[in-house]
Amino acid sequence: MRHQRWFTPWVLVIPALTWLLVFNLWPSINTVILSFTNAKPLGGGTFVGLKNFETLLHDEQLRWALLNSVIYMVVCLPFLTVLPLLLAVLVEKKLPGITFFRTAFYTPVVASAVVVALIWQWILDDRGLVNGLAEKLGVISGPLPFLSDQWLLLLSAISLTIWKGLGYYMIIYLAALGNVGRELHQAAAVDGAGPLRRFVHVTIPGVRGTMILISILISVSALRVFSELFILSGGKGGPGGRDNSVVMLIQQYSQGFEGNLGYASALSIVLFFVTVVPMLILARLNRRGAEA
Amino acid sequence: MSVVTDPVRPVEAPARSTPPRRKGSFGFNSISPRERVARYVLLVFVLLITIGPFLWQLSTSLKGSGEDIYTRIPRLLPAQPTFDHYKAVTETIPVWDYARNSLVVAVLVVGGNVIGASLAGFAISRLQFRGRKLVLGLFLATLVLPGEVTIISQYVTVREFGLANTLFGVALPGMIGALNVLLMYNAFRSLPVEVDQAAVVDGANAWQRFLYIGLPSVRGTISVIAIFAFIGAWDDFLWPLIVLTDPDKYTLTVGLQYLSGTFSNNPRLIAAGTMIAFIPIVIVFATLQRFFFKGVEEGAVKG
Repeated sequence: MRHQRWFTPWVLVIPALTWLLVFNLWPSINTVILSFTNAKPLGGGTFVGLKNFETLLHDEQLRWALLNSVIYMVVCLPFLTVLPLLLAVLVEKKLPGITFFRTAFYTPVVASAVVVALIWQWILDDRGLVNGLAEKLGVISGPLPFLSDQWLLLLSAISLTIWKGLGYYMIIYLAALGNVGRELHQAAAVDGAGPLRRFVHVTIPGVRGTMILISILISVSALRVFSELFILSGGKGGPGGRDNSVVMLIQQYSQGFEGNLGYASALSIVLFFVTVVPMLILARLNRRGAEA
Repeated sequence: MSVVTDPVRPVEAPARSTPPRRKGSFGFNSISPRERVARYVLLVFVLLITIGPFLWQLSTSLKGSGEDIYTRIPRLLPAQPTFDHYKAVTETIPVWDYARNSLVVAVLVVGGNVIGASLAGFAISRLQFRGRKLVLGLFLATLVLPGEVTIISQYVTVREFGLANTLFGVALPGMIGALNVLLMYNAFRSLPVEVDQAAVVDGANAWQRFLYIGLPSVRGTISVIAIFAFIGAWDDFLWPLIVLTDPDKYTLTVGLQYLSGTFSNNPRLIAAGTMIAFIPIVIVFATLQRFFFKGVEEGAVKG
């Protein structure tokens, strides 16, 4: 069926295609090119060969950043695959006022990561809400240094990411639950399966595909984390820069006279490989599961 | 509508010997009073976890300067409520300018995406042309790439256009997102082909089919894209932080970060600043959430 002039489709596609080429494809190629240079944020730069990659190998901050990323991913994965599913089941049933609850649960997703991190900074401060309450209850004698201890800071940022992500994954699960057959649930109920058994044997298998998709999304976004760590650490990356993420390092090298876009590009290539690996593993798991 | 959201209808009884049951009391869909209470208790518990921190921040922003905000017994309600900190924030840093900058960026991004993505999505799903598969493949391929990987060379590209440190430079790369093109592609694809064929028989050209048949039936997806694009642009932090160097061009998120550095010793001021950034987006979302959730369900049923 060809009922238009040959160029009409192209007229419609060209704006989007131009954006794709100029702001996605070309930058991907250019990242590789830049990584062999010492390009500066204000322009200029020359070819330096493999120097950036040699520096990467000895970069202690990068090692910490990669370790943080792995911890981030490993901690976030179980919490963010399971809790949002439970939430979705909770808000699935149409009860009076359920729309209000759905919307409210989604609020942390809508708020900017900067706003959210500033709010949590105040709650986790040495004199903030959490320490105040804990001291009042006599659980602790002195304030816990949530924002200045290397590991507590990382843990705080992880908790914040989990808290902010709940509503987002809840909505994805909610959409998926709509496709789990009601008949199956009814059949299981008739067979005498209680709510818990129905959840384990009907709901979970029904949303299995979504669960894997969500695991991929969580892994990738855990590795890309920036704002939470940046704000909670006051932009400094924690004590001795040990709470940086890879993206924070990229941002640091993108600024000022001391900046080095070539090195930032080499870091971007590291980020690319780090995010692609879990994606491939989970995609393979998905395929194997589908065959079985 | 999906099967799930409809209450289960009683099967039509062959003989009307039994009185008709009340709606909702039939079989599986019914909820016992105990379950109802348990559900509401859980809902309220999660509600406290999700919006509690926002309320705490709102409360801090309204607490008077004489009030002890570090007290060990936290008080949610301010004892001497005041808007002074809001005034102080707007007087010391140009919050309204930041908000206007954020708005400019968000409007450009929303406009670009709604127009660009629906045009391209329509062409790829409803029109036939050589190279269609390749174009679709290109859009799919970019999804694998996290944006942060290319952010540095995107900056170099924007700088070469002479747009570094401009609001247009902040908006430009996000004005047509590959994901949005694919969402529109998906939405248009689910329309029956027969409608198009009928329109062609009636002599409608591609533009007319786009405007009068395509667009009206994908309003749900368009609103989802518009809402997400707005929130994404309003909330974005890393990209404007890289592009903007001039404090008077800052967007709200970058400005807030600057604010927190300047007033790190005064949580009331920071709280007021965060509320100024937070409240508009909540209003936008609360007003449009109807379309948002409907669009999400629409996508679920079709996908």
